[in-house]
Order: sequence, then C-alpha cells, then structure tokens
Amino acid sequence: MKTHRLLAIVVKELRQLRRDRLTFAMIIGIPVMQLMLFGYAINLDVRGLDAAVLDQADTARSREVIDGLGASQVLDLRYHVTTPRAIDALLREGRISVAVVLPRDFETRLERGDRAALQLVVDGSDQVVQAAARQLARFPLPDTAGWTRRVAPIEVVNFYNPERRAPVNTVPGLIGVILTMTLVLFTAIALVRERENGNLEMLIATPVSPWELTLGKVLPFVAIGLVQVSVVLLLGKGLFAVPVRGSLGELYLAALVFILASLALGIFLSTLARSQFQAMQLAFFTFLPQIMLSGFMFPYAGMPRPAQWLAELLPLTHFLRLVRGIMLRDAGLADLWPSLAALGVFTGLMLGLTVSRLRKRLD
Amino acid sequence: MTSEPVIRTRGLSKRFGDTLAVDDLSLTVTRGEVYGFLGPNGSGKSTTLRMLCGLLTPSAGNITVLGCELPREAERLKRRLGYMTQSFSLYRDLTVLENLRFLAAIHDLPARGLGRRLHDLMSRYRLDALRDRLAGTLSGGQKQRLALAATVMHTPDLLLLDEPTSAVDPQSRRDFWEALFELADAGTTLLVSTHYMDEAERCTRLAILDQGRLAADDSPRALMDALPGRALRVETGRPRRAHQYLATHPGVIAVAQIGLGLRVLATDRVTPDELAAALTAAGLAARVSADHATLEDVFVAATRRSPPEPGPDPTPS
Ligand SMILES: Nc1ncnc2c1ncn2[C@@H]1O[C@H](COP(=O)(O)OP(=O)(O)O)[C@@H](O)[C@H]1O
Ligand SMILES: [Mg+2]
Repeated sequence: MKTHRLLAIVVKELRQLRRDRLTFAMIIGIPVMQLMLFGYAINLDVRGLDAAVLDQADTARSREVIDGLGASQVLDLRYHVTTPRAIDALLREGRISVAVVLPRDFETRLERGDRAALQLVVDGSDQVVQAAARQLARFPLPDTAGWTRRVAPIEVVNFYNPERRAPVNTVPGLIGVILTMTLVLFTAIALVRERENGNLEMLIATPVSPWELTLGKVLPFVAIGLVQVSVVLLLGKGLFAVPVRGSLGELYLAALVFILASLALGIFLSTLARSQFQAMQLAFFTFLPQIMLSGFMFPYAGMPRPAQWLAELLPLTHFLRLVRGIMLRDAGLADLWPSLAALGVFTGLMLGLTVSRLRKRLD
Repeated sequence: MTSEPVIRTRGLSKRFGDTLAVDDLSLTVTRGEVYGFLGPNGSGKSTTLRMLCGLLTPSAGNITVLGCELPREAERLKRRLGYMTQSFSLYRDLTVLENLRFLAAIHDLPARGLGRRLHDLMSRYRLDALRDRLAGTLSGGQKQRLALAATVMHTPDLLLLDEPTSAVDPQSRRDFWEALFELADAGTTLLVSTHYMDEAERCTRLAILDQGRLAADDSPRALMDALPGRALRVETGRPRRAHQYLATHPGVIAVAQIGLGLRVLATDRVTPDELAAALTAAGLAARVSADHATLEDVFVAATRRSPPEPGPDPTPS
C-alpha cells in the first residue's frame, strides 16, 4: 500500500463529496432532523397526569411539597393512599400513571441529602409519562438551595420499563442510529457507483491496490462521522440538556471505532451489490435489525435469547452500550472494553472480506 | 525486444454463460504497430481487449503481453499498459486537471517533474483552456482527448483503445488519429478497436472479428489485394428493383446502393458482361463495370454480412 495513492483517493472522494450538494446537505441535515424529531416528539409538555400520593412522612413540609406538585398542574393528584400495595394496584389497573411517594424519613433524607427524599413511581411503558417525570424531577424541594448533594432530591423510579426513555436516554442512542443510517448508506453505494459509472474498469487497469481503494473510500467518511457526532452532541446539550457524564475523549474514541465498523459494513455491502439501488436495499436490510434489536427501540434485557444472540452480532448494540455507559453512567472504556473489542473485530472482519472480494477483475 | 511480439494469444476464448464472446483467437501484435480490431457490435472486441489487460480471465487459451503471462502477471503488466475504456471512465464531477492529477498519483508519477508532465499533456491534447472545467461538461471530442491524456500519463509501452472515436464528430476523429500516430511514432504499440472503415484502413495491420472469431488478419492493403471475388459497379434506372434482383442472383455476395448506382460484391466467376446480360434479361437495362476493392468489400466478404453500422454499442460494457 502506498500512502500517496491512498491520499489521492481520499482527496478525490472529498472533492466529489463537496460537489454533491444533496449528499453534503444530508450529512448535516439528517442528524439535525432526527434529533428534532425524536427529541421533541418525546419531550411533550404534558399536563394533568392521573396520580396517587403516598405520604408516609405526613409532616408540614411533606404536605407543602405535595401541594406544590399539585399546583404545578402536571399531576392530577386524584388518590391519596396509605400503602405501597395500593399504588401497585392503581398502576397495574392503569388508573394512574404516576405515584408520588414520600418515605417516613422524608425530613432526615432532605436534611442529609445523601438519598433521594422523594420518589416518583412512573408507568415507564409510556414515553409521554417518562418525559413528564423528568420535568417533575427538577421540581425544587424546600431548603435544598445551597446544599452540596451527591444525589438528586427527587428520584424517578420506572415501573414496568426499567430503561428510561427520555431524550437523555434517546440522544446517545440516536448518535448510533444516525451514524448507521448515513455512513452505511454512503459507503454502500460508494464502490457500486464507481462500477456503474465505469470508473472501476479504468481504475483496476492501473496499479491501484484493493486496500488503497477500500481505505481511500472509507477514510473521508470517518471525518464526516465525527462531525455528525459533534452536531448531535451539541444540539442534544443545547436543546435537551443531555449531559456527557463520562470522558468526552473516550466518547469520541468509541464513536470513532463505531464509525469504522459502520463504514466497513457499508463498503462490504458495496462489493455485494450490482447496482446503487441494490446497495441501498442492502443497507436498509442491515439497518432495520440494528434499530429493532440493538436496544435502541426495546430494552435488550427484555428480548428473547435468540434475539439477544443476534443483537450481539450488530455493531449498534455494542455502540449503544458504550455510548450510554459513557454519557449517562459515567462509565469508562476500562469497564466497557468488551464492546469496544467487539466493534474492532467486526471492523477487521468486514474490511478483510471487502478486500478479498475486491479482486481487480471484472469477472 | 524487436523480434519478441508485444501481444501474443493462442486459442483465446471467453464464454459468458451460453454466449461464446471470443472464440479460439490467435493473434500476434509486434512492436510499433497500429493494430486495428474491426468488427460489428457484439463481435467480441471489448471482451478481447479486457482479457489483454487482465480485467477478464480467459475461459481457454493463453496470453502473453509485454512478456507478462496473463492473468497471472496482470499486476506487473499494469504499470506498462494504458487502457482506454469504451465509455468515458474518468470522473465527471472532477475537473480536467483534477482527473489528470489523480491518475498521475495512481500511477506513482514522482512529484518532481509532475507539473511539467501535466503541462505537456494538456498542451499536446489541447486541454489548457479546459483545465478547470468539470469533465462531465466536456464535448465528446474533448472527453476523448482527456481520456487519452490520462491513459498515456505514465508513458505506457502498449495502448489498448476500445472504440475511442465512437462518440466523436468527424473532425475530432481525424485529430484523434493524428494523436495516435504521434504516439506510434514515439514507439508505442497501439491496439485500437473500431467499426469505422476509414479508421481501419489507416491501421498498419488489421484483424476482422466476427462473432468472436478471427475472420481475417493482415495489413489493409494485403487484405484488399487478396479479396476473394470482385467489386462491380451497376448503373441502372431502377436501382431498387435491380437491388432486389441481384440479391437473389447466384454468385452475388452482397449488394449496396450508393447514390443512384449499386455496388456489388460477387465471386470471381461472375463477370461484368454476364451480370449486365442477366439484368437485361430480367428487364432491367444496366451498365456494369469493375470497381476498386475497398476495405468494406473485404469486411463483407470475410463476414458475409453487411458492414457494421456506426452507433452506440448496446452490449454491456
Ligand atoms: N459481462 C458480460 N456478461 C455476459 N455477456 C457479455 C459480457 N460482456 C460481453 N458479453 C457478450 O459477449 C459478446 C461480445 O461482446 P463485446 O466484447 O462487448 O463486443 P464488442 O465490443 O465487439 O461490441 C456479446 O454478445 C455480449 O453480449
Ligand atoms: Mg465493445
């Protein structure tokens, strides 16, 4: 492999990309659109959710908090119950979607600030309720100003659906989905387009090597993928206050490996397809299972075994673990290395397959 | 090196499913030749050229090009060979200069002297004024000049050109052939496929392909001299009727109307007087005289078919 040939192909790709206005617009347009769509669709401002209250503390302050919550109009406090069992029943029957629980030691917890003082039990199967609960979680509790807390004063507990599905949880996944959608598609048509336009016949009659061609087509999109990640992160922070709790450097490293995996998958598809149309169909064919099984749509833990095995083969599954871990749980790559390794193996496999299929022949 | 042929094939065949695209082809091309490949669409010209540059694997037979055994040594050959594809295969969304720079890098041209080389190529092929135009916006003739410049970028010893002038106006065709002879003078061996008779006539040697088989192979002059049969010119008041009559006359190989007259290719046994008598007997008064043999006659005699129609190639390329 010669670097100057590789460089020539990279430069050529970038030039072509710059002149392809539509594709160029899509690179930025798709992330923005998806983020708006998913972010705002979930972030509906809801009012009047049916709710129950279990006030085990029953102090002046606890009543004050409950009045405050009622006044916010997000909750309609219909039921005042005395046992946790009653809450279970109401939730199960679907009569309420939120329950406010103030434990017996509410006052002490409030003072110490080491455990959540108030619990919101929500019907996690409903995304609208999820979003509302997130708003409520920011509700100010009395006497908390100026305190350094390790724990948020209000804790949201998901009933039924242990995976929280607020934008905070969606945006990290969305990074993966957007990268998959755009990058696999772009590279899937990359080689096929050269073939359809006759460029490939000219190229393979030159000393260019399959590795140079493959890497030269893939590398420009690495930069594009990183730009997309940045767009989603910035918008996610600006519009939905999505935090990055872990290391930003590790997040980008994980994204980089996932980008390579997606590009490798795309370029491999490109060697299978005979036309750009076929390439697009193949890309969508790999896209659906990734969305459905990776844990983006449904929690991984809730899937049947065979579906989980299949999910392990998909790069998006591993990336979601990485990105959620880093962004939401402040996990480090030291904890998440199996996922990173899986992505690396996947990338190597796809690139190897591509180069072995990309013989410099027409037959 | 002078005695060693540049291209040598023996029993070369290529099968695509049920189609035998190239059938038992044995060719020898020597150094410095402008070797023509003449044949109608689908006669196997492109397939042969692709096998000669290692892009297709032969179904049978063997090939040696510039001392490289194909397909085994295809990669070594690619540094010394230039292949210009039938359809324009440079990047339409890159400019003339960008395309040339790209090809220069792909062919490992050293950065030192590159500016000089690009400048030379652009002025030789009159691309200076077009250097910043996107290749896709060039005219047919301009595209071919660019493609030729890109193909000779690395000064190959052998050039394979697949119908290089099929989408080009007559003036550009003449210019293009001047450029080809310039390359031949400089010592490059050229193999050019075409379906234009006038182009074929300019080649130093010619292979006529018909349905994948080699129908004739010699210099154009020798082919015309050795034409089996004779060319006749028929002048008559009713050319269409005479055409119909002659087409069924024994000994007539082919008839073509040219202006108001007819051009007939007949076997040696048919004399002009005999044919005039036969036409008169059929109620078609005519004057019949002998005519010069042309390459078209050679082609018709070799393939027993009408000459190829210039036009786009419908086969997959
Ligand atoms: N890739 C291919 N697959 C199947 N058939 C082919 C392929 N390439 C060429 N052919 C067939 O081989 C024959 C010769 O084609 P080709 O070499 O393109 O002829 P020419 O260049 O003289 O027009 C045609 O019948 C064509 O349909
Ligand atoms: Mg052809």
